[in-house]
Amino acid sequence: MGEYLTLFMGALLVNNFVLTKFVGLCIFFGVSKSLNASIGMGMAVTSVITLSSMLAWVVYNFVLLPFHLTFLTTIVFVILIASFVQLLELIIKKQAPTLYSMWGIYLLLIATNCIVLSVPLLSVESNYSFVKSIIFSIGSGMGFALALILMASLREKLVYADVPKPLEGTGIAFVLAGMLALAFLGFSGMI
Amino acid sequence: MFTIVMVLVVLGGIGAIFGFILAFANKKFSMEVNPLIHEVEDILPKGQCGACGYAGCAAYAEAVVSNKDVPPNLCVPGKDEVAKAVAEITGKVAEKVEPRIAYIKCKGSIDKAAQSYRYKGIKDCKAANLLQGGPKGCKHGCIGFGTCVNSCPFGALTLSNQGLPEVDSKKCTGCGTCETACPKNVIEMVSVDSLVEVSCNSKDKGAIARKVCSTACIGCGICAKNCSYKAIEVKNNLAVVDTKICIEKCNEATCITKCPTGAIQSARGLSVKNSSNIKVTI
Repeated sequence: MGEYLTLFMGALLVNNFVLTKFVGLCIFFGVSKSLNASIGMGMAVTSVITLSSMLAWVVYNFVLLPFHLTFLTTIVFVILIASFVQLLELIIKKQAPTLYSMWGIYLLLIATNCIVLSVPLLSVESNYSFVKSIIFSIGSGMGFALALILMASLREKLVYADVPKPLEGTGIAFVLAGMLALAFLGFSGMI
Repeated sequence: MFTIVMVLVVLGGIGAIFGFILAFANKKFSMEVNPLIHEVEDILPKGQCGACGYAGCAAYAEAVVSNKDVPPNLCVPGKDEVAKAVAEITGKVAEKVEPRIAYIKCKGSIDKAAQSYRYKGIKDCKAANLLQGGPKGCKHGCIGFGTCVNSCPFGALTLSNQGLPEVDSKKCTGCGTCETACPKNVIEMVSVDSLVEVSCNSKDKGAIARKVCSTACIGCGICAKNCSYKAIEVKNNLAVVDTKICIEKCNEATCITKCPTGAIQSARGLSVKNSSNIKVTI
């Protein structure tokens, strides 16, 4: 149990994908302008990462490993994730229209995003078991959501701040992201 | 050799499996789109201006059909006709659309407004604005490269040989695309019934404004003193007309004749009102 908790907290805080590994940055800056959008995006990313890394684990362990084709991992995962997200979008659109209107538009944005690819890749590289890889992906998805929501709340407050002219918009967002990353560095001694 | 064959088999297999699954899912989960959405979309003017607050005409059509609380009169360019037709299809009650028209708040043509330097860059107001706020001496006035003209989805704006855009009141739908395109905020959407408009955007002090443009509003306040209905006041060295009071009460328009620089101009509504009311010499 303790092992799983360590894995989860590690993915969530210590090795936060956005703020210490710097992947998924385009969504991080693109969707963090409003809190509502960032919550939707965080939920979408977490579920897509979890489902696609389950799928990726199965394909890796039952197809790629037995045939000694591990050098194909990246390209196979890209295909898997891209088509899986398409499928998920179709199903959600039909079966759960309210859910689709909440974060359906973010689904296709995620399809080719690096964070969705890097989580399954890292979890097969570390030889995680099936359960471990699920926990790892939920943790990293929630870590992404946490970073995104923190950033969005900060940026919403930023509207009232007196930002120097040359730094307005993306400039100050970069500065903020740097400070957030520094703050997350404080977690590095935890595990 | 074995590896190459296996690569082909595995990649081909995965591709084929997902291809079939996706094709199957596409059939099975295909959505029936409400035919009313297409009907509404056909009626909308398709300027894709976004004045309704949605991302284009298709998005508004979908919203107005599927959401009960979206009113049918949001399409500004379509005016009353479209609002009525949309209301009829969706079974909602159409409220009146307040018709609006673009107004250019600058009369500083080439002969009236001084240039502070000669601009030789890209002929685009936004580009010119980056360089010391444009070549015109007045930093609030129209730059005159016609970024608004290019942005207009209905072709209602033309650039005159005086270097100022002109609004074709028949074509202008009041969608406000030009308002957002203009880097100087010279264009404003005004009521079509408005009687007088201040055709100047300069917030500079009188002496500076007069120096760079002979038809600028110098914020002297003569108009405000002469208006018997208190419909004009000077804010930030610029006269501002309260259109509501102006339309409802005024029919003499003294401000136009009293303005020493000619910055207050008659607008579209005045000629309409005059033909039935009293005469004003402009």
